[in-house]
Amino acid sequence: MEYYLIVSAIMFFAGIYGFFTRRSTLTILISIELILNATDINFAVFNRFLFPESMEGYFFALFSIAISAAETAVAIAIMINIYRNIRSIQVNRLDDLKW
Amino acid sequence: MDYSQFLILKEELSLIAVIVILFVADLLFLSPDAHKHGGKPVLNTIIPVALLLIHTLITIVPGPEAEAFGGMYQNAPVQSIVKSILSVGTLIVFLMAHEWMKLPDTAHKQGEFYFLTLCTLLGMYFMISAGHFLMFFIGLETASIPMAALVAFDKYRHHSAEAGAKYILTALFSSGLLLYGLSLLYGTTGTLYFADLPAHIDGSPMQIVAFVFLFSGLGFKISLVPFHLWTADVYQGAPSTVTAYLSVVSKGAAAFVLMSLLYKVFTPMVDDWQTVLYWVIIASITLANLFALRQENIKRLMAFSSISQAGYIMLGVIAGTAQGMTALIYYVLIYLFANLSVFTVITIVALRSHKFTVEDYNGLYNTNPKIAFLLTLALFSLAGIPPFAGFFSKFFIFAAAFEGGWHMLVFIALVNTVLSLYYYLRIVKAMYICKSDEPIAPFRSDNYTRAALIICTLGIILFSIASSVYETIGNYAFGM
Repeated sequence: MEYYLIVSAIMFFAGIYGFFTRRSTLTILISIELILNATDINFAVFNRFLFPESMEGYFFALFSIAISAAETAVAIAIMINIYRNIRSIQVNRLDDLKW
Repeated sequence: MDYSQFLILKEELSLIAVIVILFVADLLFLSPDAHKHGGKPVLNTIIPVALLLIHTLITIVPGPEAEAFGGMYQNAPVQSIVKSILSVGTLIVFLMAHEWMKLPDTAHKQGEFYFLTLCTLLGMYFMISAGHFLMFFIGLETASIPMAALVAFDKYRHHSAEAGAKYILTALFSSGLLLYGLSLLYGTTGTLYFADLPAHIDGSPMQIVAFVFLFSGLGFKISLVPFHLWTADVYQGAPSTVTAYLSVVSKGAAAFVLMSLLYKVFTPMVDDWQTVLYWVIIASITLANLFALRQENIKRLMAFSSISQAGYIMLGVIAGTAQGMTALIYYVLIYLFANLSVFTVITIVALRSHKFTVEDYNGLYNTNPKIAFLLTLALFSLAGIPPFAGFFSKFFIFAAAFEGGWHMLVFIALVNTVLSLYYYLRIVKAMYICKSDEPIAPFRSDNYTRAALIICTLGIILFSIASSVYETIGNYAFGM
């Protein structure tokens, strides 16, 4: 069980690192997907090894996969809209609103 | 299966009915090329406003305490009160949206605006009534995904799109953190029912980590200080009406939910979360006030003001008493009227004159005395000047924190109230004292905007007199 948790922890912090350092909004989105997938692994692993009598963790993982898909769809739609407006999706071009 | 338990969800069902009716009406009546031919869309502000008003009136009487679906959903009178407050807020937002909805860019998609807004409201309802973390999470996401679409609603203005991108990325990130916290909580306790959790929580290091992740996830939604960086950008870039909705309804719902989580679930860890809240409140109030001092754009100024108001709202939580909960709900109610009043004025001024900075408001009193006066009342209420309801809401929330023994915190908050007066009065000074070479031209606002302003102003003035409101909330509130 520890090995699964180590993998998910690495995925989680890699996602956070990517979120803060990447320059393209699409790779930021991929980093966030890493975070969400890490949580899904966590739920499944905890359910399988610690509480096999009920299915709560599996259900939670299923719902969170569905919701993260919906979020990604909206995020990509907004990015396409940005691309139409300023012809770029780099983060450093999104600097009109600051201070 | 017992289908009668669906009747417990009467608020949600009635809101779903409103959403469906609006959706069908939008499909039937609105011809797809109405905006090209200059035809007027049939779905006018009056239909959604009337439907939402009916919904609010039906559900305004709090029902008995009940739970459905094996404890997944639970409803108590205090939650019904919060839901009613949120629907009143949405109603005012719809009224002030009328002017914006008439623009050629948005007229053909006004159905979408009402639909998305009501969907977020439905998500907040479920989030407030959740009895299980799965229901809570689904509600939270139903509230925040359509919100991103609303923020990016002005498709041809790239500020709006930029704000939408910033909002959706931070919202995704924060729900990722929240989910990771939840998974750790599940790992240590084996259940996610609010009712079962306190028995399993013992403050072990893993649970503290889980709590910190969960708290930061919700902190993003309420925009408390270490997690506030998206707020100003999104508030400035989003359409003013959406900003108003975001700053009041969305924030109020998230604050109430955080409070009921801390009261119901994290009861055994009370020392830990009080320490966290203590520092977060100090940071929120102080830093946001300092940043607000140097803002020129009035929407950014209101963004920082709303961050510091979120800090004040959290003062009601830290004591952990029923009095604190009453004070918090009352504070959200008053803040709703005052802030929506300010945003109604900002919206109408921006639509009529395209002016956003504080200097642009110079001499507003000479050209538009009535609107300047109403804005002044709302700002006084936000700052907490005695005759208005804002004073009483601040007083109750300070009293609640003080009785909990947080004397130093209340002192810092009081000092900050004085600080916040400076930037609220800056707008008042601009309107009344400063002269301007090119002031905002006189304009007449339409009836819907007037109705919104009148409701808000009545709320600010009447709720300071009617003490029965506070007592009614107090009868239903619960402590730890």
